[in-house]
Amino acid sequence: MSQSSIVVENLNTFYGSRHILKNVSLTVEPGEIFIIMGGSGSGKTTLLNHLLGLLIPTSGTIRILGKDIHAVSALERQALRTRMGVAFQSGALFSSMSVGENIALPLREHAELDETTIGIVTRLKLEVVSLAGFENLMPAELSGGMIKRAALARAIVMDPRLLFCDEPSAGLDPVVASSIDDLILRLRDAMGMSIVVVTHDLDSAFKIADRICVLDKGEVLALDTVDAIRRSDNERIQNLLNRRTEEAEVDPDAYLRRLMGEKERSTRFGPQARKGL
Amino acid sequence: MVVTLEGEIDLQRSPAVRKQLMELMFDSRDVVVDLSGVAYIDSSGIASLVEAYQMARKNNSRFVLAAVSQPAMRVLQLARLDKVFALAETVAAGLKA
Repeated sequence: MSQSSIVVENLNTFYGSRHILKNVSLTVEPGEIFIIMGGSGSGKTTLLNHLLGLLIPTSGTIRILGKDIHAVSALERQALRTRMGVAFQSGALFSSMSVGENIALPLREHAELDETTIGIVTRLKLEVVSLAGFENLMPAELSGGMIKRAALARAIVMDPRLLFCDEPSAGLDPVVASSIDDLILRLRDAMGMSIVVVTHDLDSAFKIADRICVLDKGEVLALDTVDAIRRSDNERIQNLLNRRTEEAEVDPDAYLRRLMGEKERSTRFGPQARKGL
Repeated sequence: MVVTLEGEIDLQRSPAVRKQLMELMFDSRDVVVDLSGVAYIDSSGIASLVEAYQMARKNNSRFVLAAVSQPAMRVLQLARLDKVFALAETVAAGLKA
């Protein structure tokens, strides 16, 4: 049996005294499209940042492509990094570089290829994301959907084994969003990469997912196939699927403390734990 | 001439593949590339094939991809390069083409 692409075991993390992720465990298999879903504040972005090695967990382990990301040497971490691609929600393109330069950047930084090969690979990726001929434009000249596609092209330029996409279809019209979904499916089928997608777009999740992890208040509420998630009789999952709002429970003490501007008590594991991979 | 590529053609191996193909193309050789044993080919490997093919076209020599393995074909199809390269079902067919 092949090695899992991602193994997370009993991951816990805090922001101040807030318990953000609570005993999260999951695996992502090779060639799998794995969706992380949840409402705002459910912890999905924090989980993504952990998978990218940007945060240090309070407890628990994260293995990426067989390596414990917090136990490997800097050199091993660098090697691991070249096998991962990330398409950020905002695109995170360098505004001072052309689209082509943005996409070629990882190859120039991490591979020893001649410029002709880098140029061909860059233009190949632009073809794949349907941005052929746009290499000389600047990011400011692109539409929202084009920025998402350019970010995806940069994320896959090194042909990663593991691709992360943060809200790939957020803010896009349904047709463009659907084309991004199709692209994700084609990338998986052609390259066999594992793809982790963080989204709250239900249509997109159901279209592309092999499995869906539903996070709620930092806990894994469900982790199952699309059909199983759809059939779930869990009220919170059905609320999420049917876009029903939930009345937040009121903790009178915490509420009064917030109104009085009192600080939270512990900052042991605050955002200062942030660390670049 | 038949060039056989096997195993994984990735960032580490593709520069050597490129060098070999380009040397043949400089000599204006007709080349059939046997891809039947390719388990994985990344974009840098594909780029080497593109560059060699382009040079073959300039030199009026033949450059045929033969017996393309399924993993290699999926990558070619992703970028629609299966519509660009000269492809042959078998090496023998590639030599006759």
